[in-house]
Amino acid sequence: MKTSAGFPRTHTIVALLQDHPGVLHRAVSLLRRRGYNIASLAVGRSETEGVSRMTLVVEQEDVEQVVKQLNRLVEVLQVDDVTHDPTIEREVILVKVAAGGNMQSIVSVALGYGATIADVGMGTMLLELSGSPAKVEEFLQRLSPFGILEATRTGRIAMVRGRATHSAAELMSDLIVAAPIAQSPEQWLSQADGINGTN
Amino acid sequence: MTLTPRTAAAKDPGADGSRTGAQIICEALVREGVEIMFGIPGGAIMPFYHAMWEYRDQIRHVLCRHEQGAGHAAEGYARTTGRVGVCIATSGPGATNLVTPIADAWMDSTPMIAITGQVSSAALGTDAFQETDITGITVPITKHNYLVQNVEDIAYVVKEAFYLARSGRPGPVLIDVTKDAQQARTIPRWDRPLRLPRHKSVCELDRGAVERATALLCGAQRPLIMAGNGVVQSGASAELRALAERTGIPVITTLHGKGAFPESHELSLGMSGMHGWVHVNKAIQECDVLFNVGGRFDDRVTGKVSTFAPRAQIIHVDIDPSEIGKVVPTSIGIRADARAALTCMLETAPAGNKLEWLDRIRANQKQHEPHQAYRRRPETPTLMPHDVFASLDRAFHRHTGYRVVTDVGQHQMWAAQLIEWGRPRTHITSGGAGTMGFSIPAALGAALAFPNETIWVIVGDGGFQMTNQEIATMVQEDVRNVKIAVINNGYLGMVRQWQELFEGARYSGTKLSGPDISLLAEAYGVRGIKVERPEDADEAIESAWAHHGPVVIDFRVEREANVFPIVPAGQSISNMMVTATANA
Repeated sequence: MKTSAGFPRTHTIVALLQDHPGVLHRAVSLLRRRGYNIASLAVGRSETEGVSRMTLVVEQEDVEQVVKQLNRLVEVLQVDDVTHDPTIEREVILVKVAAGGNMQSIVSVALGYGATIADVGMGTMLLELSGSPAKVEEFLQRLSPFGILEATRTGRIAMVRGRATHSAAELMSDLIVAAPIAQSPEQWLSQADGINGTN
Repeated sequence: MTLTPRTAAAKDPGADGSRTGAQIICEALVREGVEIMFGIPGGAIMPFYHAMWEYRDQIRHVLCRHEQGAGHAAEGYARTTGRVGVCIATSGPGATNLVTPIADAWMDSTPMIAITGQVSSAALGTDAFQETDITGITVPITKHNYLVQNVEDIAYVVKEAFYLARSGRPGPVLIDVTKDAQQARTIPRWDRPLRLPRHKSVCELDRGAVERATALLCGAQRPLIMAGNGVVQSGASAELRALAERTGIPVITTLHGKGAFPESHELSLGMSGMHGWVHVNKAIQECDVLFNVGGRFDDRVTGKVSTFAPRAQIIHVDIDPSEIGKVVPTSIGIRADARAALTCMLETAPAGNKLEWLDRIRANQKQHEPHQAYRRRPETPTLMPHDVFASLDRAFHRHTGYRVVTDVGQHQMWAAQLIEWGRPRTHITSGGAGTMGFSIPAALGAALAFPNETIWVIVGDGGFQMTNQEIATMVQEDVRNVKIAVINNGYLGMVRQWQELFEGARYSGTKLSGPDISLLAEAYGVRGIKVERPEDADEAIESAWAHHGPVVIDFRVEREANVFPIVPAGQSISNMMVTATANA
């Protein structure tokens, strides 16, 4: 989707977060504060223990500032706007359609998209598809004449092609430990004197 | 059976070396060098107060009258010392009363630790008595916050919290500790190293960018240095002065930059922005290179952004990378500590002068100032706010060893304009958040940090009526070095001024009555003085200075005086009103 100015209307942001309670709240709060709508949000454990990877699709032309402020959060290890990068994007959908006498047609649509039949119930079929967001969208449209009873989508997940751009393990080992620990009050006072220096 | 006094030996660890979570918090505060904290107890923080008693020789606790006061006092302490201010509150309303000072500290990058008690972990999320989700509430206004439910985490969390509060761009960090975590026992581990992956406070100076910036700045025809809070926070006043003097480049300051560069200096131009001087804003609009060091291009500085410094290439040094390019596009943006950047600039900056440019600015100043009513008092027997500020400025020239805390509103701008500021950390005010009621409690914190200095409060009658209860705290704590000058005009003056200038003088909700302030001061047990004539101002200030105890001076000033110049909100800083009817 493009606006007249040629900027993409939505942005895909990939972030690595420490897997702590509340971290999602902090991240999402920065978007809420601006009134940005989140088109989709997918988050789960990454390949490294203690690190989650999040894919966020935001309906906004300019997300530079929000990316910078996400970066400022203590538990955020890395944030990238990958909208302009070569990425593989996928979404998983579960969709329940009304299946009466038209079961055969539904099955052929499903096979055409590479979907699997996850469940067949009384007059319903539950299909499962993984694909690009565009493919998933098209699949839903093709099914709609049969009567969609229920649909649920995971939200988009994205990964940049080629070399490892977001190695969580590397980021986690990039520790800071050079902290002023257990200073005596005297040390602090002398530092404060330095700060207060007269002129 | 022998009875052991309840407090005896509690500070000593149990036979197994264990301590309660509350004791561990106290111990951790001592290890972080905390000497004073401001707070109010309540149910969920009682275990901490119980333990605190054992540490009373190491950490002084100041009982405030309202948690907002405790928070601002911690800010005042932090802003004057550069150290971390600490405030304490209980759960629920205690914690929510801290929200305003936390937001204030967030906006002005003040290092602060807020410790709040929380209901027991089993009751979390049940709407228990005095339960409020304070970590949820403070997410957007803290650098980070913690909900601690496990006694094992306390020692580490306090250490990390202090590191975060004072590192990089300083700011507030909140630690919410459940009551059961305060009561549980463990053997604290103090040797756990900080574990902050990819931490943002660490930055390597881009020396190439600094060299390019130096060349651009020094090679410019009409350069300006704009000094912000970052110069004060990083203690870079000497470096700033050295750079200005070597290159001959004039210096302007933001509100929080006041004190970063002595205003008596020939290269000092003064403050820019909404209530800046005409010649300073003009200089910004004419300059070809603007070097902002440690300021964040607040909208009170830029006015309408698209018209700000239209001829200038912008160099921006800020320790927070998210500030660079946030408001104005920069030619060279450098993420750095202000002092590190200025020190590096001094390595390559050539000696020079910008006399032609400086002459042009001074000529502008000469052309404008004599015509500007705000520079001289009108012919009237009434006590004008300007009389009070002139008297205060005279007193500040006579004395040393003082700091000033201002509140928010007209008096704050007059103080910024009409008093000559010279030293960092002596002009303390609520800038970003604009919190009325900031000044009196903040002065309490400053006074306890600097007991040998005199802390002046300049406050309006509106702000005075928001937090004057902290005068009782001063009395209880035997704080004698606070002098409060109330600029009393019976209005919420700045709003009234806007109503007069921009809204047809409809004084909706701005007329304000109040108690007899000098009598109220006496009721608190401090000295009160009432001043109604211009000729009495000097003497009142001098006698307040000499008095060994807090003094409140009620300056009954002209009710409808205005702050000029003023740039109407949202307009270009070229558009400066110098009277109610004339532009510069």
